[in-house]
Amino acid sequence: MSVQAYRLEDGGRIDRTAPLTFRFDGRAYAGYRGDTLASALLANGVRTLARSFKYHRPRGVLTAGSEEPVALVQVGGDPATTVPNVRATELELYDGLEAFPQNCWPSLGRDVGVVNDALARFLPAGFYYKTFMGPPLNWMRFEGAIRAAAGMGRSPTAPDPDRYEHVNRHCEVLVIGGGAAGLVAAREAARTGARVILAEETGALGGGLLAGAPDAVTIDGRPAWAWLAEIEAELRAMPEVTLLTRTTGTGWYDRNWVTLAEAVLDHLPPAARDPRLPRQRLWRVRAKAVVLATGAIERPLLFHANDRPGVMLAGAVRAYLHRWGVAPGRRAVVATNNTDAWRTAFDLAAAGVEIAAIVDSRARPDERLLARAQALGLPVRAGSAVVAAKGRSEVRGAVIARADGGGREDVACDLLVVSGGWAPNLALYAQSKGAIAWDDDLQAFRPQPNGAAARFAGRAAGAFDLAASLRAAAVAGAEAAGIAPEHVPEVADDGVAYALAPAPKPQGGRVFVDLQNDVTTKDIRLAAAEGYRSIEHAKRYTTLGMGTDQGKTSGLNGVATLADTLDKTIPEVGVTTFRPPYKPVSFGAVAGRQVGELFHPRRTTAMHEAHVEAGAVFELVGDWLRPRVYPQAGESFDDALQRECRAARSSCAVLDASTLGKIDVKGPDAREFLNRVYTNAWMKLAPGRCRYGLMCNEDGMVFDDGVTACLADDHFHMTTTTGGAAGVLAWLEEYLQTEWPELKVYLTSVTEQWAVASICGPESPKLAAELFDDIDADPQAFPFMSHTSGHIADVPVRVFRISFTGEVSYEINVPARYGLWLWRLIEARGAKYGLTPYGTEGMHLLRAEKGFIIAGQDTDGTVTPLDLGMRWAVKNSADFIGRRSLFRSDTARPDRRQLVGLATADPATVLTEGAQVIAEPAERSGRTPMIGHVTSSYFSPNLGRSIALALIAGGHGKTGATVHVARRGAAPVPAEITATDFLAGFGERP
Amino acid sequence: MLLVPCPNCGERDQSEFHYGGEAHRTRPTAPETLSDDEWADYVFMRTNTKGVFAERWCHTAGCRKWFNALRDTGSDAFLAVYRMGEEPPRLGGEEKEEAPADEAFA
Ligand SMILES: [Zn+2]
Repeated sequence: MSVQAYRLEDGGRIDRTAPLTFRFDGRAYAGYRGDTLASALLANGVRTLARSFKYHRPRGVLTAGSEEPVALVQVGGDPATTVPNVRATELELYDGLEAFPQNCWPSLGRDVGVVNDALARFLPAGFYYKTFMGPPLNWMRFEGAIRAAAGMGRSPTAPDPDRYEHVNRHCEVLVIGGGAAGLVAAREAARTGARVILAEETGALGGGLLAGAPDAVTIDGRPAWAWLAEIEAELRAMPEVTLLTRTTGTGWYDRNWVTLAEAVLDHLPPAARDPRLPRQRLWRVRAKAVVLATGAIERPLLFHANDRPGVMLAGAVRAYLHRWGVAPGRRAVVATNNTDAWRTAFDLAAAGVEIAAIVDSRARPDERLLARAQALGLPVRAGSAVVAAKGRSEVRGAVIARADGGGREDVACDLLVVSGGWAPNLALYAQSKGAIAWDDDLQAFRPQPNGAAARFAGRAAGAFDLAASLRAAAVAGAEAAGIAPEHVPEVADDGVAYALAPAPKPQGGRVFVDLQNDVTTKDIRLAAAEGYRSIEHAKRYTTLGMGTDQGKTSGLNGVATLADTLDKTIPEVGVTTFRPPYKPVSFGAVAGRQVGELFHPRRTTAMHEAHVEAGAVFELVGDWLRPRVYPQAGESFDDALQRECRAARSSCAVLDASTLGKIDVKGPDAREFLNRVYTNAWMKLAPGRCRYGLMCNEDGMVFDDGVTACLADDHFHMTTTTGGAAGVLAWLEEYLQTEWPELKVYLTSVTEQWAVASICGPESPKLAAELFDDIDADPQAFPFMSHTSGHIADVPVRVFRISFTGEVSYEINVPARYGLWLWRLIEARGAKYGLTPYGTEGMHLLRAEKGFIIAGQDTDGTVTPLDLGMRWAVKNSADFIGRRSLFRSDTARPDRRQLVGLATADPATVLTEGAQVIAEPAERSGRTPMIGHVTSSYFSPNLGRSIALALIAGGHGKTGATVHVARRGAAPVPAEITATDFLAGFGERP
Repeated sequence: MLLVPCPNCGERDQSEFHYGGEAHRTRPTAPETLSDDEWADYVFMRTNTKGVFAERWCHTAGCRKWFNALRDTGSDAFLAVYRMGEEPPRLGGEEKEEAPADEAFA
């Protein structure tokens, strides 16, 4: 294990009494509790953490936060819990942590993909674009190589064992960001008693103050870190304040609906994770007001080889010094265009790091800074810029050039600290369509608040001096809660006001703008030259800002490069659209608890227990679990299906039909209403009778069907398909409320009120007679398509003499609580008649033998009642929904696809449902015209042959003709077009 | 996620609602008298307005009532809600800018 050679003697918010061991790239290292993976690796002198995406160049640590573009690692080796693309700068160290570098093979040091770097001129901007948009062969030729070489780590390959949760909250004020500004804003808002939620991305409150010495500034007379502890305690004592750490604002949607991603357990060793807690939470917050205290992101400088490990942002270096007690180098060059990076130089010097040069592109840096540098003996190069980093794999030096064209100077260093200035972090705000505007003094975009919803605190407001920043915070917090600010903190700092000049322009070489996607200035210039002159187009062409970091550190440099190429200003070029999430959110957090059994509620019928006992195979129909078939011991699915279907026609069978949609339709206009919504006539249906009906949309296409019974002149019991029940009710309500409010009709869903057992078969009248107390079951006395009420063992029942199988049937409805009892009673009494439970598969087969349609299987939203051959169900006497569409020129075409039967020449061949029907016996090379498709197909045990239904162009006029059904990898199957009622056509019974 | 001002229940999350498309498209009383084009216009064609748009919503997971709304499709601001069968209210210039949802149906 290596020593932590770059760890400072003391300081940092790490617990030096809690040493941790971890592994990276197969080696063991030591760190401390409080470290991130990045800080611990830097402490150990490890500077190369990754290989870049496209050129496989070595990459190190650029930042100290979630904006990190390149220090991405794979965490954990378990195929179920491994996480790719984790920013080492955010990953809190724990004992036993194992992380792996990405994008390298076979190892970080010996990566063969580096050949891409040598071949860079063959991988220009737009390479992917051109490959995708070119002839399909291009992509096919390159796909293997691209997929092998690209990619950003490995996805887990086994199911995620962790638990995730969603939390829904309302609050008056939501503060995003837990730096000093966020804390001040929250305190002001909370004074009113308002519900305040503050979300801080890292594990500690303090933000930028943690990237400075504990006493670098004083706030209200207290050293910075002491003040932080006090305000945190103050907020924690307020009952309406919720402080969330490790929680990132990821999405800002309409009306202040904000999502926060909280990493609850990720910072703990797996063995120490409380099993009662979720791994992550997704907070879904509806806030009256949002205060953005999201801070600022530092802009890198553009120069040759600016991607070398050892090039780090100035603010990040300061954070490693003070928050983690790490000096990430021995000899540093600090290159900047602004005042702030000088503080990093001073702090590095104080930590014992040799400062080779402070390079400021401004000709006249502030006197106070110059005086301090001189006092500390730090060499200063004003009016100069770094134009190149030196070093083959890591930084070994910098080339400094004078802006006035004077001489160049090579300076040795192992740390190249850069700062192109700070830009307010407005990604979340911009997601909410918030307006931003270019500020020339700031050389950055700043928010242009255009509504009361968004307020800005701290550096997010464009206030870069602490006093102004906290003043903005107090105002934002107070105003968000509807009051005036009370407590504006007093700040004492070094008194150097933030100032900067425009970032120096690069002087050629390989200058990286987007370090994650390997986009160079040359790529952006090429995009512009090829006509992609809008930033949105250039972005897509070059993939600038399209990595997992969404260009947080590269966006502004990309815009600046394009602006420079086009000879425009930055505001003229503008910025790309910001989209959620602000940073990667796990699929687990998005899904929450809605996975596995909880993904979708399952509904079960009153008889479910009996089906489970009988060993039923279930299927999901709508939300319902329905028995599909009841295989007996040793019986195959198909054998069981054939047995069930034989029983239904030879003895007696029972189906759980409880899931059919049931709607109680009541009111003086109920009959008129039914007449308008069904395609057939309802005005003369007598009480006690039932009728089958079809429903169409206004486009004339069938969408549901079912039998409706007339209970009384103003009272009907409607049934719908199982899956269509909710949709039909909503559709009926819509017409009642929006088109025909004058109709007095009341609709009530009664699906769950009734449990339904449907018995059918030649023996079913005997069984029914045994069951009924007071109903004459004789099919003559209780005729087909009628219904009645009565009792079974004194339990009230409604019985409908309707049939979906073509056999004599009794559909027995009981109050749902008697459902299981009824099912068991039927099984007990029916045993001697050979009663056989059958499932949905048998129901489908039995109805197909009769040629009855299933809406949604034999129809697909393009099929009219006439296409189905159901002219008999279309009335002429009155209008109904969709009627006019049946006479549109297109719906009246004779060559529409029409429902027919298909009988294969070989009765043993069962067609594949969905198979395409062609007119010719063999497929042509090229495209063979398709004339239809198979909608239903079975082997019928009662007919001893295969049967199928199909929609075929002009099919109604082609009875007896032979068509061919295409198969994959085999010759088409010849089949004859028949009528749809196979029992009538082939069977003995009419 | 929008907040939709239900005239019966108040402002609720969009997920409770079902969107019903353009409002004031009354079903023809005698469809058989219409030409194919006229009927197709009723069935298939909708305007796609940028700006103030009269549209229908149903509070499916609430009172289950349909209602009309005037929404600015550019800003997503609900400017008014009103009952089925009612004419859209006239909007004053000031209301158009930004109508607090609570007052929209007061
Ligand atoms: Zn409502």
